[in-house]
Amino acid sequence: MATFKKSGKKTMPAISTGSLPDIVFMILLFFMVTTTMRQTEHMVMVNLPAASEISKLERKDLSSYIYVGTPLKKYQGKYGTDSRIQLNDSFRTVDEIRDFVAAERENLSEQDRPFMTVNIKADKDTRMGIITDIKQELRRCNALKILYGANAVE
Amino acid sequence: MASKKTPEINGSSMADIAFIALIFFLMVTTMDQEKGLPRRLPPMPDENMKLENEKVNRRNIVVVKINVNDRVFAGDEPIDVSQLKDKIVEFLTNPLNREDLPEKVVKDIEGFGPYPVSKGVISLQNDRGTTYSQYIAVQNELVKAINIIRDDFSRAHYGKAYAELDDAKQKIVRKCIPQQISEAEPKDTKLQK
Repeated sequence: MATFKKSGKKTMPAISTGSLPDIVFMILLFFMVTTTMRQTEHMVMVNLPAASEISKLERKDLSSYIYVGTPLKKYQGKYGTDSRIQLNDSFRTVDEIRDFVAAERENLSEQDRPFMTVNIKADKDTRMGIITDIKQELRRCNALKILYGANAVE
Repeated sequence: MASKKTPEINGSSMADIAFIALIFFLMVTTMDQEKGLPRRLPPMPDENMKLENEKVNRRNIVVVKINVNDRVFAGDEPIDVSQLKDKIVEFLTNPLNREDLPEKVVKDIEGFGPYPVSKGVISLQNDRGTTYSQYIAVQNELVKAINIIRDDFSRAHYGKAYAELDDAKQKIVRKCIPQQISEAEPKDTKLQK
């Protein structure tokens, strides 16, 4: 009768780590492709409101951001605690949105310009007055596509 | 004579180098997606083209107001945010063809045929002191109401939820049930202070 005998001194063969660099490189490439560097530093506290009927923005590269909220602690001495607008990386006023929109539009290619979206990221405790002012200014600059930033909620 | 060969480069530290690069990208990456409620602002009206043609029949408009204390009013009566959705659904569908709810106009929708499209418009007004979170909550309810109607429509005609339809059919549904939310001019909101 043929039997399979277990020889007592058999050890598990070591797992070859020869392909480890390849695996790591693969993960690395994935992150390199999907990464988007954080371009601006937040200077205002933005705690987005929650909404359930949200949709995703298809093209991130077409969007420009307007942050609205209370300045961070370290800026509060200078700028106070009232809601402020942050464009790129400085505090701005409503009147400066016009130049900002013009500059952002300039950065896009000709055929992408009509699809430019202004992403309003406002803190949930912001008063609507400042948002209304922003909206009016955007209408004046003919930047009509906007997105009210919100977090998903179940 | 000893043959001169370039010595082989030791590749065993490749993994370590790759790991460091990997960790760097892990740290700087932001995976958050841009999510939110997309809206289209109305273009700025021309100075010389005054609001002559803006006269909308009273029955076709529902005014949703959010006052300074975040109270919501639909029409003129106070309403809870959670009930707003049902009110809007009733307003836009007008199932009993009531006189005081929006009229419908039969339009020939391309690819679908004639369909009575509601002429209802939701006018959203807010005070300068309304909080943004309440504003978004109300906007969310309005979108929810429209999504419910669109879902009902596509289930009735295509047997599938709106989100599962292909682009062409979604376009038809959007034409049959337009999203008519007007974000009021701020001059209107100043009056009600």
